[in-house]
Amino acid sequence: MFDLKKHMKANSIDHAIALLLENPDARLIAGGTDVLIKLRNGKPGFSELVDIHSLEELNFIQQDEKNNILIGSGVVFTDIIQSDIIKKHIPMLCDAVQSIGGPQIRNIATIGGNNCNGVTSADSASTLFALNAVLEIRGKGTTRQVPVSDFYLGPGKVDLKKGEILTTFKITPENYQGYFGYFYKYAMRNAMDIATIGCAVSLKTKKHIIEDYRIAYGVAGPVPMRCPKTEKSVINRKVSKSLLDEISQTIETDVSPRTSWRATKDFRMNIIKELSKRATKEALLRAGEEV
Amino acid sequence: MTTFREITFSINGRPRTLYIDMRKSLLEVLRQDLGLTGAKQGCGVGECGACSVLVDEVLVDSCIYLAIWADNKNIRTIEGEAKNGKLSRVQQAYVDEGAVQCGFCTPGFIMATTSFTQKCTGEKITEDEIRKSHAGNLCRCTGYQNILKAVEKSIHPDKE
Repeated sequence: MFDLKKHMKANSIDHAIALLLENPDARLIAGGTDVLIKLRNGKPGFSELVDIHSLEELNFIQQDEKNNILIGSGVVFTDIIQSDIIKKHIPMLCDAVQSIGGPQIRNIATIGGNNCNGVTSADSASTLFALNAVLEIRGKGTTRQVPVSDFYLGPGKVDLKKGEILTTFKITPENYQGYFGYFYKYAMRNAMDIATIGCAVSLKTKKHIIEDYRIAYGVAGPVPMRCPKTEKSVINRKVSKSLLDEISQTIETDVSPRTSWRATKDFRMNIIKELSKRATKEALLRAGEEV
Repeated sequence: MTTFREITFSINGRPRTLYIDMRKSLLEVLRQDLGLTGAKQGCGVGECGACSVLVDEVLVDSCIYLAIWADNKNIRTIEGEAKNGKLSRVQQAYVDEGAVQCGFCTPGFIMATTSFTQKCTGEKITEDEIRKSHAGNLCRCTGYQNILKAVEKSIHPDKE
């Protein structure tokens, strides 16, 4: 039995916002794969819940007339994997969410929850960073858009104010059209595991020149992160094998991994460097380059 | 505020209306209120899959699924798989392949395989796909080999 004091079912986004404002101590619950476990472990602050589980209003994957890809925060990972829109335009997001948990978890855990949880190991986060995803957040009578990189404020802390709810992930066409990406998760097991390091690369090439290059990590710092120094040093360079080695050297200056019980700092750094090469190479291969 | 709520759902094809404690997981309602003890509690945090059931044909860990979410849904548990005393194809495959040892994980595994085979019966499936689709279920006895064979047999029932 979960130590629930109050459970309030929201029938719409507006209803959820109203309930959150009426009950300042309440938290949102969607898939429950994080919240219910915290509740079960007796973590304080989760005993009042506003329930947006399977709220239809948040469950959509679509392309609007401007070719923006819109993903509702309530979409479960299995639906992302099976979505033709995602498969066609941003297959790296399929790779990333495919690596989460097992089938039972992917059937119920949502992309919104994965990010609102605010942890650096969120498997969908590094990919969303590499895609410059924009998050739409609704409050009472307000709507604001926040780049995913600004959404993460610190470990377990995200940019959601009282009475606000994350509704949509937006990926604009200039951030996916012509891009090729690859997501690499390093963990002790191939399933049901938390990433030791997650790495997402998204790039664009023209005549063997790298026109744009983005590399993002999970667990390489307190929050998911992009690597601006490395990215700057790669853009407009010619595709070559030595460039990969260079990337793996520069990347050290961008990241700040730490020691935890899962892995030491040194080991993480080693993985970060290796994955920068592997993920970049795979993304280049997908872009039709030879390395 | 009372913690009791009324929910209506179908359990293995039988409609039921229950007055349940909203603090309970679906697993607790199945085991304690309905006496359906096939689904087991293993880890209690969605890692071992021993509590797997189908909710509207979707495989979920019932230990981290609030019972009130089952309102108006169709629940399938291991108890409903055998029809008129005849085991389901998946159950029979597990028996034939000796994919059961202590049996604790088996109800969860059977539901995972049932969910998997519904999507891919007759298709060509790799061992890797079988492993991936059962990654949310742990078995501490068998070493998985016979379970793999049972899943394969469930997908290709005619193959001997």
